[in-house]
Amino acid sequence: MLTTRRLGKRYGEKRVLRGIDLTLPQGGFLVVTGPNGAGKTTLLRICAGLAQPTEGTIERSAARAQVGYLGHEPLVYRELTALENLELYGSLYRVPERRERIGMLLERFGLWEARHERVASYSRGMTQRLALCRVLLHEPELLVLDEPYSALDEAGAELLDAQLAELRGERSFLVSTHDPARVQPFASGALALST
Amino acid sequence: MLVTTALAFVFYVAPNDQTLGFSQRIFYFHVSIAFTAYACFICGAWQALRHLWKRDPRADLASYVCVHLGLIFGTLVLITGSIWAKIAWGRWWIWSEDELVLFLVLYLFYCAYFMLRFSVDPGPQRANLSAVYALFGVVLIPVSFAAIRLAKAYFHPEVFTLHGPRFGGWILVTYCISQVALLVLAYTLYRLELGSKRLDTRLRRLREALA
Amino acid sequence: MTYVRDVGALARKDLLLELRARDTLPAMLLFVAAVFVVFHFALPGTPSRLETTGLLWVAILFTALLGLGRAFVPEREQRTFDGLVLAPCDRSAIWLAKSLATLAFLVAAELVALPLYALFFHSVGGATIAAVLLANVGICAVGTFLGAMAVVTRARDLLLPLLFLPLAMPIVVGAVGASVVASPGRYLLLLALYDLLFAVVCWATFEYVVAE
Repeated sequence: MLTTRRLGKRYGEKRVLRGIDLTLPQGGFLVVTGPNGAGKTTLLRICAGLAQPTEGTIERSAARAQVGYLGHEPLVYRELTALENLELYGSLYRVPERRERIGMLLERFGLWEARHERVASYSRGMTQRLALCRVLLHEPELLVLDEPYSALDEAGAELLDAQLAELRGERSFLVSTHDPARVQPFASGALALST
Repeated sequence: MLVTTALAFVFYVAPNDQTLGFSQRIFYFHVSIAFTAYACFICGAWQALRHLWKRDPRADLASYVCVHLGLIFGTLVLITGSIWAKIAWGRWWIWSEDELVLFLVLYLFYCAYFMLRFSVDPGPQRANLSAVYALFGVVLIPVSFAAIRLAKAYFHPEVFTLHGPRFGGWILVTYCISQVALLVLAYTLYRLELGSKRLDTRLRRLREALA
Repeated sequence: MTYVRDVGALARKDLLLELRARDTLPAMLLFVAAVFVVFHFALPGTPSRLETTGLLWVAILFTALLGLGRAFVPEREQRTFDGLVLAPCDRSAIWLAKSLATLAFLVAAELVALPLYALFFHSVGGATIAAVLLANVGICAVGTFLGAMAVVTRARDLLLPLLFLPLAMPIVVGAVGASVVASPGRYLLLLALYDLLFAVVCWATFEYVVAE
């Protein structure tokens, strides 16, 4: 699914990543750990296709439409409602039976009642749950999640656990986290970054 | 060596002009410099295209150097043009001179290029933005020219008429020589600057690799 | 057809955002009115029709700049640019949708500005209206494009006018020319040519502006 060889990334004069080799097989679950500033976010952004490496190569067998990315930002518009946000992404990702799928996801993540409220009024946990809905909306083959548990409340974390358990093996995961123990049950491999 | 040849040519041009009158001299330089500046901008856009299309890693720097040179020559165009205007018509700036106004617009445009370039951290994004902007510049040149010519119709018709030297015989030769000389000079400067910048980059990479 | 649908979905999003935020359009309206008042005090004597036409276009241009500066603010502040770039749609659809939305705001502002101008200064002819419509396209197409570029830089709001004004010169010439000259055909043609050329360039190169 995903292979990198001697991947490196430099921003101007600052080198953020150096010589990364990773392999994510189809259906695998790779956990990326490391201290802050080690380049986890940069690595995940490159793997999701948001950035280009300055050295090395990356091969990804999933097209843009099959990648789901969860970053530090929820990537939802705060002045729109949850429904409107998901409608937009659903349309852009050409999700079949959009309405039903959106409804199903919102319910599963406990946002159905708040679906007509603007995201600006949501709590941090709710926003992160909406971001998860956005990621799962188009049923991506490759899920790149950057510290997905960090902004979640306990209820949301349990929901995420359930989702990971359900999709583990069917989809490929690249997850970075500060709490490797949490994702240990799902992991098939690990990569530790250092500064 | 190329530089000395170019300079020799440029000075050779000067004695030839004595017969035509002192004031006309600057016109040769002015036109040749203008042409050279256009050539630089077009080269810059060409390199920009190569950067975007062919993903040539050397093209971004080449494009930047071209635009930089184009701006230097553009400054000279404005200065020589201003001097010529003073000599020919007694004023330091003439709005009815199409070429000059076009260069003013382009000058502002490419100055903004530098502001853009210095406002983004070095990297693929800066290269992309610069390249796209350079392409815009080249499209702007003909459109601006057409606009400026059309604009004359609704300005107060100025009674300054343009009297360029009539091209024939010696005049044509001297013009060609000065043009070639300037193009050679431009190319030399281009190679110089590009070379030194590439050296800079390599030094930096080496230093980093050792660190 | 999916391209059109993408553009539609994105444009709808932009219009919704502005409707909710309600900051850009009122600001543009107020700005244009204030600018007209400044013009009145800034021009000694009674300005002729020629002079005020020029001023009208200055006002439109700078009001447009005001709106354009805000165009990509939601994408920048909330980092939602990433979300759009990740989507499988053609990147140029982002530019086109944003341009269309900005066009809508500009037209809305002009619906107030032109009558105000007619009230304060001189009446507005058919050629001027045609010029307004054509110039709007050019302003929005190029301005939105440059707005996306400016948003990525450190200088941001400072940079947009610097990038935009040299490119806007032909628009000004075409627009003013069409408004004052007896046979405006050539100027309208210039505007149309500008619109066509630059729209194509914008459409073809937006991909490179958003991709890293």
